[in-house]
Amino acid sequence: MQEADWPAELFEVLCARGISQICHVPDSGHGRLIKLCEARNDMSVVTLTTEEEGVGLLAGAWLGGKRGALLIQSSGVGNIINALALPAACRMPLLVIVSMRGEWGEGNPWQLPMGLGTPKVLEAMGVTLFRADSADAVVPALDAAAGTAFNTNCSVAVLLSQRLIGAKEF
Amino acid sequence: MAGFLHRRDVVKTLLARRNADTLVVAGLGSSAWDVTAAGNDDRNFCLIGAMGLTVPIGLGLAEAQHDKRILVITGDGDMLMSLGALATVAQVRPRNFAIIVLDNECFGETGGQPTHTAGVADLAAIARGAGIEDTGEIREQGEIDALIADVYDAPGPVFRTVKIAYETLEDFKPPLDGAYAKDRFRVALLGAKAAVGGA
Ligand SMILES: Cc1ncc(C[n+]2csc(CCOP(=O)(O)OP(=O)(O)O)c2C)c(N)n1
Repeated sequence: MQEADWPAELFEVLCARGISQICHVPDSGHGRLIKLCEARNDMSVVTLTTEEEGVGLLAGAWLGGKRGALLIQSSGVGNIINALALPAACRMPLLVIVSMRGEWGEGNPWQLPMGLGTPKVLEAMGVTLFRADSADAVVPALDAAAGTAFNTNCSVAVLLSQRLIGAKEF
Repeated sequence: MAGFLHRRDVVKTLLARRNADTLVVAGLGSSAWDVTAAGNDDRNFCLIGAMGLTVPIGLGLAEAQHDKRILVITGDGDMLMSLGALATVAQVRPRNFAIIVLDNECFGETGGQPTHTAGVADLAAIARGAGIEDTGEIREQGEIDALIADVYDAPGPVFRTVKIAYETLEDFKPPLDGAYAKDRFRVALLGAKAAVGGA
C-alpha cells in the first residue's frame, strides 16, 4: 500500500483556502510542507526566531488583507501564550498548525511537559482545537479549522498527532 | 547617555508628512499615546497590549502591502522584548518598512524603571548586527529632517533609535477595543467589505 502523502494534501488545502503567508519555526514534522510552500512564488514563507513573532506577523498580514498560517512544534505553543491575546482581543483569525511531540512513543523526556500541556494551554487561551491522528483525518481537520478561523474571526489550532507524524526514538 | 528630544514633538513632526499610503503600527503605552496625539488616524493600529509584537505586526503588514509605507513607532522596552524579530526583518528585507524606536532608556509606562539601553545596550548596533543595513541613532533636533526623509523615502528596512527624554505626559487614548481598531484600519485600507471578514 502506498503511504498517504498528507503534507501535500495539507498544502492543497492551504492553497484552496487562499493562504499566502506562511511563517514557521521548523520542525521535522513540517519539513515537507515548508518545502512545498517555498516552491510557490505566490506564497511568502518566513522563518521566525521564536514562535510568538508569527502571531504578530499574521495579525499584520490580516490587517493588510492577507491570510496566513503559523507552523510550529508543540514546544513552540509555550512561546505563543501571551501573544494569543492579540488575535483574541482584536477578533482576528489565527490558524496554527502544530506538530505534536511528547505523546505517541516519544523518546525525548524534555518534550513531554509541553506536549502534554499543549491542548490544555491552547484551550485555556480560547483556541479551538482540531486534531488529526491519521492521514485520512488531516484534510478534513485543516479544512474545518481554516473555515472556522476565517469565517468566525477566531484562533484555531490543528494538532498533527505524533502518531501521524511518527514516533521519535531518541 | 540619556536623550533630551521631546517624544510628542518628534512623533508629531514625523507624522505630519504622512499620506494615505502611510500605515502606522504603534507599540503599547507611550508610543500609542504619542501617535494618537498626532492624529487619531484610521490608518493607525495602536497596541494596548501584545508587548514585543509591534515589529512582527509591522513586518506582516509590510509583506501584505508592498505599495504602502509601513512605520513602526515603539519604545525601547517593547523593542528589547523582540530583538530576534530584527533578524527576521533583515532576512525578509521589506523595502517599504521603517522602525522608529523612541528610546527613553526606561519602561516609562510602568513607572520609569531603567531598561538595558540605560546601561550598555545599543539598539541601533543590535539592529545592524541582526543584518539591517540602514540603522542610526538620532539625538539632535537638527537631525529630524534627515530622519523624516529616511523613514519615508530610503529603501527599507530602515531602523532608527531616537534618544528622547523621560517624560510623563497626558494619555491620548486610541480606540481600546481591538476588534474596532482592527476593523477601522482594514476598512480604511481595504474598503468596506473588509469589515465582514474574508478578505
Ligand atoms: C508581556 C508583558 N510584560 C510586561 C508588561 C507591562 N508593561 C506595559 S508597558 C511596559 C513598558 C514599555 O516600555 P517601553 O516600550 O520602553 O515604552 P515607554 O517607555 O515609551 O512607555 C511594560 C513593561 C506587559 N504589558 N506585557
